[in-house]
Amino acid sequence: MTQTVSYPHHTTEPALVTTPDHRPTPDYRLSQLETLEAESIHMMREVVAELERPVLLFSGGKDSIVMLELARKAFAPARIPFPVMHVDTGLNFPDVLQFRDRRVAELGVHLIVASVPEAIAQGTVKEEPNGSRNRIQTPVLLDAVEKHGFTALFGGARRDEDKARAKERMFSFRDEFGQWDPKNQRPELWDLYNGRIHLGESIRVFPLSNWTELDIWQYILREEIAIPSLYLAAERDVVERQGMLYAVNEFITPRAGEQIRREMVRYRTVGDANLTAAVSSTATTVEEVIAEIAVTRMTERGATRGDDKVSDAAMEDRKKEGYF
Amino acid sequence: MAPIEEATIPAQPGVHPIDLRSAAAAEAAEIATARKDILRIATAGSVDDGKSTLIGRLLYDSKAVFEDQYEAVERASAGGDYVNLALLTDGLRAEREQGITIDVAYRYFATPRRTFIMADTPGHVQYTRNMVTGASTADLAIVLVDARKGMLEQSRRHAFLASLLRVPHLVVAVNKMDLVDWSEETYEAIRDEFTSFAAKLNIPDLTVIPISALHGDNVVTRSANSPWYDGSSLLHHLEHVHVASDRNLVDTRFPVQFVIRPQSDAFHDYRGYAGTVASGVLRPGDEVQVLPSGLTTTIASIDGPRGPVEEAFAPMAVTIRLADDLDVSRGDLICRPTNAPHVTQDLDAMVSWMTDEPLRPGQRIAVKHSTRTVRAVVKELQYRLNVNTLHRDMDAGELGLNDIGRVRLRTTQPLFIDDYSRNRVTGRFILIDEATNATVGAGMLTTPS
Repeated sequence: MTQTVSYPHHTTEPALVTTPDHRPTPDYRLSQLETLEAESIHMMREVVAELERPVLLFSGGKDSIVMLELARKAFAPARIPFPVMHVDTGLNFPDVLQFRDRRVAELGVHLIVASVPEAIAQGTVKEEPNGSRNRIQTPVLLDAVEKHGFTALFGGARRDEDKARAKERMFSFRDEFGQWDPKNQRPELWDLYNGRIHLGESIRVFPLSNWTELDIWQYILREEIAIPSLYLAAERDVVERQGMLYAVNEFITPRAGEQIRREMVRYRTVGDANLTAAVSSTATTVEEVIAEIAVTRMTERGATRGDDKVSDAAMEDRKKEGYF
Repeated sequence: MAPIEEATIPAQPGVHPIDLRSAAAAEAAEIATARKDILRIATAGSVDDGKSTLIGRLLYDSKAVFEDQYEAVERASAGGDYVNLALLTDGLRAEREQGITIDVAYRYFATPRRTFIMADTPGHVQYTRNMVTGASTADLAIVLVDARKGMLEQSRRHAFLASLLRVPHLVVAVNKMDLVDWSEETYEAIRDEFTSFAAKLNIPDLTVIPISALHGDNVVTRSANSPWYDGSSLLHHLEHVHVASDRNLVDTRFPVQFVIRPQSDAFHDYRGYAGTVASGVLRPGDEVQVLPSGLTTTIASIDGPRGPVEEAFAPMAVTIRLADDLDVSRGDLICRPTNAPHVTQDLDAMVSWMTDEPLRPGQRIAVKHSTRTVRAVVKELQYRLNVNTLHRDMDAGELGLNDIGRVRLRTTQPLFIDDYSRNRVTGRFILIDEATNATVGAGMLTTPS
């Protein structure tokens, strides 16, 4: 069964309603969500106008869900004029995969799956001893980009997530090896984006650069966007590992000495199922999630990702290699 | 190694389970969901003016710093008695090793009244291009001045760049007031010197605030150390500065970005012009003119992200349908027949040059202006401006990296332009090197009045 969050009034084209956030502005000011939405839509249209083969990275996580929704709005009533791609590590939450497939079918967009398990089977990448496929997904991504000839890749990364991301351009130039050079970025002025590239080079485009985690959640609430149910609190079987709660699943089984217990938890991020921790929560609605996030004192990556704690410069190093 | 300031901050709060029924949670939720607008800020200052500390202070005191980020900074500043707030913003390893900020970084924080996007730009002379980049989108610029040193060449340069980019609001934060014993005379001398310098520039709104970023005085709340200062704290000023009148709601300009043709059965004849409103207000029924054809028609409908809207204004991203079937494509511009921009192939602009290879007369280059990209040749370099003294060097043969000068360009096709002082959207362009594809310059247009 596909579990998704549903909204009582949800339709694909939400009607204009008169809530405080929808009030016409007498002073012609947009709210922060409307401003961010307009900025993202502008970027997406610019990419489609200027770059030949864009693709949108879609994992079924909340940021890429919002990005896909913005793409739908940017080109409505036409279909989204580019395919979506999932770099599939094979370590997925089943709920999220089902959500991915359903959303793609609803929108009528083409889904390309770049499979890490296949690449391991073919010997193009090697499994790392610690079981993390975070690093080896980069060559799989780059191979898929080359195979399909993609020249622009939309990613859902936000600048509030990480210090390296805070310094990356919205249109981020990558050389023919997909690498980011932080000291040699193109100046980015006003909203005049430079998407010019030579053969083999590409642009990573981050339409959600200026969104914060709270903005994403408020937008999900305001636009009544469906999300996988993992994002809401429910009673789940968990084990505690290095101070974090991991839900027991296909990829997480109790180790010696670990006790399974039942707790109300939700996921704040959805990454690989063997590495993403849940957080204690009683939030069973999007409103309650927002209330919790508004008072939380941990970043979402710090609270839920085993893989970002390795070093202070972890993200900077991975981005230089071509990681998103 | 640049001097690094250390700031005193209270012990971190413990991790508490979140009770959604608590008053704090209810208040936080209310803050999170309140309708707010965005203020875009650019900061500039020298390496040792304490800019990173000030930003760290704003982020920390507005609770935009999370415990794990704080712990990382705490680990990184291990050994000292204080936690180094500057480390919250110095992101890349290269910067930490050299103790400098090498590029524009963006920070986010919010209060119940506003959300803030802050472009943090380095102050070294060789990074003028980053400052121009950061200021390009800003509603407000903060220039930091060390109270012990007063106005330096750099302070003048920062103020000039803010005025060149037409940032409507400028705040001078006179920092390290604690190190001059909160001397009112020192503050007043700097304030007066800055005010008289600013009078020579286009700075419509200047505010000078005495602060100590290290100790937090006048940053979030008014400080008892400056009883002689009757202005507001920095954060209070950022929350309340009036920006509604900064925008141009008069001159209707809609650059066509993309043509939407669904070519589906349900929308067989649909043809919509997608774009972002540059200025003015558009409504269904308005009589409009399309450039370059000059043909006129009326607006049939305007669609926003949630369906039809009755009005569109900057910076809304909308799709416009016209009553008549005209040939309109990307790069065209929709305006009112009675109020059109200049249509010209001759550009007169202040150019900020951003690459090592100099700009010289005779050079060919690409110009990206709104949704139109055209080729151009550099006809003339009228003068190079000394950004510290504002002296015009009429004999300069070229513009080097980080130089600013007045340039004439001739384009292969007409552009639809306005004076940058009147319209920050249709008055701007970037220059692109056609061989390397790099962005090499930024231009602010002047038009004959």
